[in-house]
Amino acid sequence: MLDIATAYNKYGFLGNEFLTWIWYLIETDQDITTLASSKDPIIFEIGNSISLENNLGDKSKEKITIKGDQAGLEEGGTALKKGAWVTDMNLICRMGEEEYKFSIKGESFNITGLKTPTIDISSSEDEIEGLIIEKTFLIMKVIKVIDTLFLKFIEKRISDDWNRSDLKGIRDWIQS
Amino acid sequence: MKKGVYMGLISSTHSISRYYIDGEFTDGPVEGVRRGLIENAIPEIENEYDEISAGWTPLETPYKPDFQSASFIFGTYFAFSLRIDKKSIPAKLVQKYIAIEMEKKKKESGRPFISKNEKTEIKEMVIDILMHKTPFIPNIYDVLWDYEDKNLLLFSTQKAANELFETLFFKSFDHKPIKIFPYTIVEKLGRFSNDKKDRVLALSPLNTKGA
Repeated sequence: MLDIATAYNKYGFLGNEFLTWIWYLIETDQDITTLASSKDPIIFEIGNSISLENNLGDKSKEKITIKGDQAGLEEGGTALKKGAWVTDMNLICRMGEEEYKFSIKGESFNITGLKTPTIDISSSEDEIEGLIIEKTFLIMKVIKVIDTLFLKFIEKRISDDWNRSDLKGIRDWIQS
Repeated sequence: MKKGVYMGLISSTHSISRYYIDGEFTDGPVEGVRRGLIENAIPEIENEYDEISAGWTPLETPYKPDFQSASFIFGTYFAFSLRIDKKSIPAKLVQKYIAIEMEKKKKESGRPFISKNEKTEIKEMVIDILMHKTPFIPNIYDVLWDYEDKNLLLFSTQKAANELFETLFFKSFDHKPIKIFPYTIVEKLGRFSNDKKDRVLALSPLNTKGA
């Protein structure tokens, strides 16, 4: 196994490519339920923020962040055309009846602002264990979806088919 | 739920970083974790001259760090909290008292100036006094550890808190926490053959422009 700090810096781009791939899946109506091997139907939507970054080659970077509940993502599309990647994004994930909202950062996979479906917190002290288990179950459920999708992305990314299928699809979507 | 009980885990939004934990305890996980928590619990009596104090505390009683009576096993999880008590003195307050003390010194000595050494001494004294007077501000970060699944959630994405967690965790349990991020997901959570892992290692950033 590589040194952790080295691996973090060297392979952070895979997280950014993954988030860009997620945006591509959303915009081109791909079947995320099957990709995530889920029994419940899964629908993703872009939430209220998305950031993109473009390395300009001379150690300088161009960054763009779009925020707002109904914000248009056209500038994001322009940034992609210039070669940028998504570095973090806010996502809404619907699994059956449940809704989760969170922001995820590509290079660290840190999750912030995670809102899970509501659980009843008015229970007695004796039920604290139940509450913790329920809350943990919900958090782990959405984390497992993210992990499964990321591993699926990696499987595709290293397949011989990548250039002909997904990469071509992503390039066509960016240029459309 | 008992009123006033801090339960970050039940709060409406969460910030989470994840760790992969591998390793075994010679006397079993429950005893090993209990021992690590007790030995590294946050001290109940604060050292008033310290700037920072950190340690484990029970999830349900963060201001009563007693693991002999409090539970840390919830279902299949070990759950507890990291408490970091820190003193923070505003720089402007330090500047103010340094200025006051320097004026006093000039008056006492009858000189219109004070030496560099005297200035350093005054600064140290002011910081010491203010540190002694300033109360600790506690920050609490919950930890959920699924020992069987080698999976741990830390409810913080703050660099300083995460670094303190990693150091204290290793000291307490002798298990090195490995942060989960794109590379470690492939390495630790995926079921890739060595050949596939090599292919991942050989990847370089894509060019979407097709050039």
